[in-house]
Amino acid sequence: MKKKRYFGRGAMFLLCAFFAVAFLLPTVLTITNSFMSEAEINSNYGMIFSTTSGGYVSEKVNLKFIPDKVTLSQYITGLIKSPEYLLKFWNSLLLVVPIVAGQVAIASVAAYSFTRWRGKIRSGIFFFYVILMLMPYQVTLVPNYLVSDWLGILNTRWSIILPGMFAPFSVFLLTKFMRRIPYSLIEAAKVDGAGEWDIFTKICLPQCRSALYSITILVFIDYWNMVEQPLILLQDAEAQPLSVFLSSINSGEIGLAFAMATVYMIPSLLLFLHGEEYLVEGIANSGSVKG
Amino acid sequence: MKKIRPKKQNSGEEPRKKKGNSLRTKEGRQDFLKSLCYLSPSLLGVAVFFIVPFGVVVYYSMIDGVGSRNFVFLKNFIALFKNSAFLMAAGNTLRFSVLAVPLAVVLAVVLALMLECRIPLKSQFRTFFLSPMMVPVASVVLIWQVLFNYNGSVNELALLLGGGRIDWLQSDYCQWVVILLFLWKNLGYNMILFMAGLANIPRELLEVADVEGASEVYKFFAIKLRYLSPTVLFVTILSLINSFKVFREVYLLTGDYPYEKLYMLQHFMNNTFKSLDYQKLSAAAVVMAIVMVFLIALLFKAEDWFGKDVEG
Repeated sequence: MKKKRYFGRGAMFLLCAFFAVAFLLPTVLTITNSFMSEAEINSNYGMIFSTTSGGYVSEKVNLKFIPDKVTLSQYITGLIKSPEYLLKFWNSLLLVVPIVAGQVAIASVAAYSFTRWRGKIRSGIFFFYVILMLMPYQVTLVPNYLVSDWLGILNTRWSIILPGMFAPFSVFLLTKFMRRIPYSLIEAAKVDGAGEWDIFTKICLPQCRSALYSITILVFIDYWNMVEQPLILLQDAEAQPLSVFLSSINSGEIGLAFAMATVYMIPSLLLFLHGEEYLVEGIANSGSVKG
Repeated sequence: MKKIRPKKQNSGEEPRKKKGNSLRTKEGRQDFLKSLCYLSPSLLGVAVFFIVPFGVVVYYSMIDGVGSRNFVFLKNFIALFKNSAFLMAAGNTLRFSVLAVPLAVVLAVVLALMLECRIPLKSQFRTFFLSPMMVPVASVVLIWQVLFNYNGSVNELALLLGGGRIDWLQSDYCQWVVILLFLWKNLGYNMILFMAGLANIPRELLEVADVEGASEVYKFFAIKLRYLSPTVLFVTILSLINSFKVFREVYLLTGDYPYEKLYMLQHFMNNTFKSLDYQKLSAAAVVMAIVMVFLIALLFKAEDWFGKDVEG
C-alpha cells in the first residue's frame, strides 16, 4: 500500500516536471537565444525567416538552448547603438504607469463605496461592473474609439490611458478584498469619531495593502503586454509601446527581437519574482464572480 | 446526498443594516449620497468611456449611415447575418471556444490536483506554470513560428519519428496550434484559481471520507467537484474571455487574412474597422455584447443551480 503511494507520487512528480519544462520552454528559449550572435541565430532559424540575405543558412531548423558563444552583441545593438528601443520602452512606461496608478486609485475609492454601503441599486451597479469586466475588447473597442474621437484625444496616449484607468477589473477584485475587513474595526473607528475619509485612508487601505500590491502586479502585467489598443488608437509609430514595436522587428533581426523581448520581460519578471505570493493571492481571490 | 454546509467565511462582513438600506429614512438617504460620492469618480469614467459610447454604438447599429441617419431598425443585423465573412468568423470563433474552453478547465483541474499531492518542488512548479503570463507576445509568436513553421522544430521531430511534415498554420491543424498556445498561456492562472478552490474544502469532510474508505475517484466526484463548482463556472467564463484575447497572437502569427479556419470574429471586427463600415461594425459589436451577456447570465444561473447545496 505504502509502496504504491510512493510510486504514484513519483509518477506525479515526473508528470509535473514534464509540464513545467513545457511551460518554461518559451521563456527560457527567449532568454538564452538573446545571447546568440545574429549569425548563429541565422544558422539556426534561417529556414523560417528566410528573407535574410547573406550569411550561412542551414537547411535544418535547429532549436537551440545554449549559445555556442555567449555574446552581448544583440544587447549592444539594441540598447546602445540605437536609441529607438529605449524610446519605445519609455513609451511603454508612459502608458502603463499612469494606467496602473489611476486604476488602483479610482478603484480603491469605488471599492470602499461598494464595501461600506449596500443596496439594490448599488449591487445592480456592481453586477454591471462584472459584466463590463467580462466584455471582450472587441466590444469595447468601438465605443473607445468613438469617445477618443469626440474628446479629441485620438492618436494621443490619453486615448489608451483614460479608458484603462476606468477599467472595472480592480474595482471588482478590491471590493472582494475589502469586504473581508471585519466590520467591528469600522464600527470601532466610528465610535471614536472617525469620518468616512479617515476610515477609508486609516483603516481600509492599510488593511488591504497586500491586495493593492497584488492588483498592481496583475494590472501591470496585463497592460504591459497590450497590443490591440495601441495598434488601433495610437497610429503614430513614434508613440507605440515596445510590446507593439517588438512584433514589427523585421525578420532579419530575430536575435535582436529576442534580446529586446528579454529586456521587456525584466519589469514583469521583477514584479513577479518579488511579489509572487501576492500575485497568487490576488488571482485566488478573483475566483468567484459573486459575493 | 446530504447537504454539506461549510463554515461560513467572511464572517467579518458588514451585517445587513435594516434601516440604512431604505431611501425613505434620512439615514438611508445620507448613506446613499455618501456611497455615490465615493463611487462617482469610477462611475463617471465608466459612463463616459463605456456606457454612453456603447449607447451610440447601439444607435449606429440601427441607422443606415452616419451621414443620412435614417432609422432602419434591424436591417443592419439582417445584413450582418447574411454576410458570409461574419458567419465564417462566428463559426470559427464558436468552434475554437467550444474546443479550447473545456480543455482549459479540465486540464487546469488536473494540474491543481497534481500539485495538491505532496510532491517536492511544489512552489517552484507553481511559479513555472505561471511564467507564461510574463512573456511578451512578440517572443511567444517568434517561438511558435520556430516550432510550427513548415520547416520548424515540430516537423523536424515528426520526420525523425518517421512521420511527415505538416504545414501547421496553413492546414486544418492550425486551430490546434492556437489552442496549444491558448492553453500554454492560461492554464497557470486557472490552476491557481482551482488550487484556491481546493484549499477551501473543509478538511474534516475529506478525513471522514478517508476513514469510511472512499476511493480517490469517489472523493473527487462526490466532494471536491461539488465544492469546486463555483470555481469551475468562473474559470469557464474567464477562459471564454481569454479565448477571445488569443486573437492578439493569431493576428501577429498570421496577419489580417489567415488560413480560413483561423479567421475569427476579431479579424472580422478589425478588418471592418479598417474599412470604416460603422454600421456593420456596430451591429457586430451589439451582437457580440448580447451573446456575451446571455452566456454570462446562463453561467450565473448554472452557478446558482449547482452551488445551491454547498453554499447553503
